[in-house]
Amino acid sequence: MKNIGNLKEFACTPDRFQGGHRLCPGCAHGMIVREVVNATEDDLVISTATGCLEVCTAIYPYTSWDVSWLHIGFENAAAGISGAEAMYKALSRKNRSYNEDKKVKFVAFGGDGGTYDIGFQSLSGATERGHDFLYVCLDNEGYMNTGGQRSSSTPIGAHTTTSPRGRVSYGEKNRKKDLTMIMAAHGCPYVATAVPGSKHWKDLAQKAAKALSTVGPTFINALSPCTTEWKFKPQDTVEIADLAVETCMFPLYEIEDGHKLTITYKPKQKLPVEEYLSRQGRFSHLFKPENSWVIEEIQKEVDRYWEYLQRKEEAGV
Amino acid sequence: MATPKEMMSTWDKIQFGAILPSFENPEKKLKSKFNSFNYKVADWRVEKPVFNRELCIDCDFCWVSCPDSCFLVEEVENKRGKKQAKIVGINYDLCKGCGVCVDVCPTPIKSLLMFPEFTEIDEALNQWPTKDNK
Repeated sequence: MKNIGNLKEFACTPDRFQGGHRLCPGCAHGMIVREVVNATEDDLVISTATGCLEVCTAIYPYTSWDVSWLHIGFENAAAGISGAEAMYKALSRKNRSYNEDKKVKFVAFGGDGGTYDIGFQSLSGATERGHDFLYVCLDNEGYMNTGGQRSSSTPIGAHTTTSPRGRVSYGEKNRKKDLTMIMAAHGCPYVATAVPGSKHWKDLAQKAAKALSTVGPTFINALSPCTTEWKFKPQDTVEIADLAVETCMFPLYEIEDGHKLTITYKPKQKLPVEEYLSRQGRFSHLFKPENSWVIEEIQKEVDRYWEYLQRKEEAGV
Repeated sequence: MATPKEMMSTWDKIQFGAILPSFENPEKKLKSKFNSFNYKVADWRVEKPVFNRELCIDCDFCWVSCPDSCFLVEEVENKRGKKQAKIVGINYDLCKGCGVCVDVCPTPIKSLLMFPEFTEIDEALNQWPTKDNK
C-alpha cells in the first residue's frame, strides 16, 4: 500500500493520466481519475465503461492513459476487468506472467449510468465471484454525456430532460438509489464514498490506496459534480463537492467487510440542504413557493440518513 | 497487426481493435504522438489563469484540483531533505480555462488569477492586486 503523506509529496508522483482529454472545463472526472491512478505504484490495467470518461479520453487517434487501458461496452466494465484479472492469475500460476517482480492492479471506471443502471448486473456478478479489482463509480447523477437524462442516481427534485420541471412536475420523483450500501451488502471487503477537490483529496487518495491494496472486490463511489447539466459555473466544481459533504447530501464513509462502518469526515456544523441546492440550476425550480415542500422532504431524508449512518457507526455491527 | 500509422492513413482503413501506444519508449517515458498530451485544447478558453510565483506557498491545491493536469511541477528537496513539489508554471496547451485553480488558491492575495486570453503575462503580473487594493 502506497503511503499517502502530504500533498507536497503526493504531487511529485509522475502523472499516469495526461491532460489534453476533451472532458468539459471544470469536470471532476479528471481530478478523481488522476488521484486514483496515482494512489499506487503498481502497474495498472484499467477498463472503462462507455460514458463521459471513455468518450473524452480516447478520441482517435489520441489516448490520455499512460497505463494499459481497455474500452468496453456500457454494461460490462466489471465483466471485462474480471476476465483480465482471471487471465492474469492463470498466467501467473503457469509462470508466464510478463514480469514476476511487478504486481498488477485491476481497476474499472464507470459513470453512474454504467454502474447504477446498465452495468449493475456485471458488477454484481464480478463481486459475487470475488475477483480482485477496484470499481470506481464516477457519480454525476444522470446520463450527462447524452444531454442529461435521468438515471437511478438522480436525486429527488432534480431537473433532467426526462424528468423535466414544469407546471405539473417538480422534477425527478424517485429517490437516489443507495448503491454504496448495496455493494456493502454484497460482502465486499472494502466499500467507500469519496469526493474530489482540495479539501478532501487525502480522503480520496487514502481510500483508493486502501482499496487497491485490499484483496477482493472493492468499490468506491465518487461524487463528480457536472458543470454542464447541474448548471453551475465551471470554477465552482470543488465548492459544490465540498458543500455536498458539509450538508450531508453525500456523506463520506467507508465500510469494511460488509458491516464495519466508519464515517471518515463529520462536518462540524451541518449546513441546511438549501446551501447545496441553491448553487445548482437543476434545483432552481424548488425555490418557488409551491415547491418548498420538496426541499423540506429532502432535508428530512438527509437528516434521517445521517442519523442512520451515525447509529450504524456506533453499533459497529 | 497494422501499425497505427497505416491505420491512420484514411478513415476507411481503420481496423478493428486499434491499439494506441501512449509511449514511444515506455522505459524512458518518451511520449508518443498518440498521447493526448500533444493535443492542444487551448482554443477552448476565453480567460486564462496567470501564475504569480512570488505569492505562491506551494500548497499544491491547484495541482490536485486541476482537471486537465496542466500544472508544471518540479521536484525539490526541502530543509529536512524530503522531496516536495514546487509549482513552476502552467501548461497553456492543456488549460481549458475553467478557473478551479483560482477558486481553490488559499493565499490572502491569490497567487493565481484569471485574465482575458489576449493579456500578456508580464502585463498581467503588473496589474496584480496589492495588499491595500485586493
